[in-house]
Amino acid sequence: MKTIFQFIIKELLQVKRDKKMLVVIFMAPILQLIFLGYAANMDVNIIHTTIYDQDKTSTSRDFVKRFEQSGHFKLDYYADNYDEVTDLLNEGKTLVAIVIPKDFEKKINRRETAPLQTLFEGSDGNKASIALGYIQGIATKFSQGIVAETKDKLGMKISLSGSLIPEVRVWYNPEMKTRNYMVPGILGLILMISTISLMSMAVVREREIGTLEQLIVTPIKNYQLILGKLIPFTLIGFVVLIIVMVIMTQWFGIVVRGNKLFLLFTALLFVLSNLGIGLFISTVSKTQQQAMMASVFAIMMPMIYLSGFAFPIENMPQVVQYITYIIPLKYFIIIIRGIVLKGIGFSSLWLETLILFGMGATLLIFSSLRFSKKIE
Amino acid sequence: MFNRIFAIAKKEMRQLKRDTRMLFIVFFFPVVLLAIFGYAINFDVHHIKIAVYDQDRSEYTRDYVSGLISSEYFDLITYIDNDDQIKKLLDEKIVQAVVVFPKDMSRKLLSKQEVKIQFLVDGVDGTSANVIQNYVNAATYSYSLQLTKEYLAVTGKKIYVPVDLQPRFWFNPDLQSTRFLIPGLMGMILIITAVISISLSIVREKERGTIEQINVSPLSSIEFILGKTIPYIVISLINATIVLLAGYILFDIVIKGNILLLLFGTFAFLFAALSLGIFISTISDSQQVAFQAANVTSLLPSLILSGFIFPIESMPVAIQILTNITPAKFYIVILRAILLRGAGISAFWDQLIYLGVFGLVFIALATAVDKKSKNK
Repeated sequence: MKTIFQFIIKELLQVKRDKKMLVVIFMAPILQLIFLGYAANMDVNIIHTTIYDQDKTSTSRDFVKRFEQSGHFKLDYYADNYDEVTDLLNEGKTLVAIVIPKDFEKKINRRETAPLQTLFEGSDGNKASIALGYIQGIATKFSQGIVAETKDKLGMKISLSGSLIPEVRVWYNPEMKTRNYMVPGILGLILMISTISLMSMAVVREREIGTLEQLIVTPIKNYQLILGKLIPFTLIGFVVLIIVMVIMTQWFGIVVRGNKLFLLFTALLFVLSNLGIGLFISTVSKTQQQAMMASVFAIMMPMIYLSGFAFPIENMPQVVQYITYIIPLKYFIIIIRGIVLKGIGFSSLWLETLILFGMGATLLIFSSLRFSKKIE
Repeated sequence: MFNRIFAIAKKEMRQLKRDTRMLFIVFFFPVVLLAIFGYAINFDVHHIKIAVYDQDRSEYTRDYVSGLISSEYFDLITYIDNDDQIKKLLDEKIVQAVVVFPKDMSRKLLSKQEVKIQFLVDGVDGTSANVIQNYVNAATYSYSLQLTKEYLAVTGKKIYVPVDLQPRFWFNPDLQSTRFLIPGLMGMILIITAVISISLSIVREKERGTIEQINVSPLSSIEFILGKTIPYIVISLINATIVLLAGYILFDIVIKGNILLLLFGTFAFLFAALSLGIFISTISDSQQVAFQAANVTSLLPSLILSGFIFPIESMPVAIQILTNITPAKFYIVILRAILLRGAGISAFWDQLIYLGVFGLVFIALATAVDKKSKNK
């Protein structure tokens, strides 16, 4: 017991003395969460728009004005011919070009249908479809206004037939802001990256420098060595965890609707599974370079992409969805979003919590066994 | 001078060649990752899981629901028969939206009134919620239009729609997001390989002490750095080729623009990325610190700040300035222009300049730091 304790102290002292390392361990997560938290925002609120008004009448101007007033569109360019429109779209300077035909007003006055061409620079399909939604809304409203006017003129009071109107209510996040959804996810990413890299490097470094050999020849037992490595990094991981949680709630003002202690507990399970992964990487790499490349390419990138942090898992092909089952970050992100945004607890999240616990335990035990075999 | 640079490059090449694990990671993983992630990453919202709370149970509602689920956008998960179930279904993410038909829907429709259909949408993921909202609005309006048409057909009148929206999506008619995202993925893979591998290979010499031997040799530090960099330029170029080929074979991403321009852009990007790596190597004494610094400057920024997933213009101004920290930002613009739109240099010449300036700034910084530390 005493040996382990001394070992832990040695490890912590080592971290403390390495000023640069200390900065990276604690400052990097803080800065990253703050900056990336602001950046991770998929709200499409500025749509760069080009207007090509061939009609130039009061009706067409009235129609254009509605785009200005909606707040989503920025009317950057007014084109005079199709070549201009084509250039702007080709060079990616505008997302959508709205072409108002020559006889727009005439047709509307004659109660004919005026075609409204809208050209999208569609390479960002997501953005284009959201923009289309806004444009449809504006066009529908405009049409309804005209129909109502005509009806008034003709003296018709009631509608011609029954009609359906959608009434959409968005739960948990009525303004459909993406920040509250993204920040907890980024917290998970940062926690994963810092704990995995810390753990995997620490052991390989000793091996590369040769101090691991020295440790092995001392009377320290294998389990003491492993615990002596794991405990300090669990402590550091826990401190990092507390820091990022405080930033999420205090800096970003994201209210945790559910139980905070339960969140902390699951986060700790997540940290433990990361340490297990880190230890595993250190058993398969000879040099730090290998350890880093392996942890980035084989562990971190897959965890980032397949965790559902930004790309919805439901959209992935079935085969890839199976791969996501082995990703601890996936479960942690489901848990943290559930607790923070929906306020749900263990009764809804017991399965994810259990899986995270199982993964953490398996990874730690498996890696420790591998590690102790390796040093024998 | 060239002899000496060449000698260093040769030595580094040989060292790399012997490290088969490292080579395996560097060449094999990018392709695997591109293959898996390319299929996995998309924002296309399909198969939205819905529950139906049908209080009317009429022909209309059955007709409406069968219309919804015959598209690939909606999957009917279950019918429910009371309000309490809604919360549970949304809380536990069993469905993403609940459709509620009011009790008197058919009666109202027959008496030519307006009927509101309620949609309760899980808004935790704001982007998906926005898309779902667009879909249900469109579905409801089109069903409503169909009802009106049927009714008017009986009475022999024609329907009047003042404005007919005709959207055309250029470059990406199906509005897929995958093609838009793959350039970002390429940029991320390349920048990580470049920054991490070069910074670690220089710091490794520091950590092991072999740099002292180089310092006392007639080799100048510029020759040393150049010699070190050449092999990594070669590796990165091979990597870029593999990644582009994989993109072509797996995802049909044809290079629409000029291939020489693409090569030139890639070269400019590698110059910027490698100079960032060199700068990191001068400020860190251990591979651990170098790795963390490389992570902080390239892993998450190339994902989050580069415009890969999150539109840069939606970020706060301060963060927009910060996005310049990752050369991936500029490269993604170039890649998207050449690969997706087939645009010429006029669409991205400014990005090439940024990349050049970026590279020069970091080389200058690295030289300054290097001189300072040598004078100590």
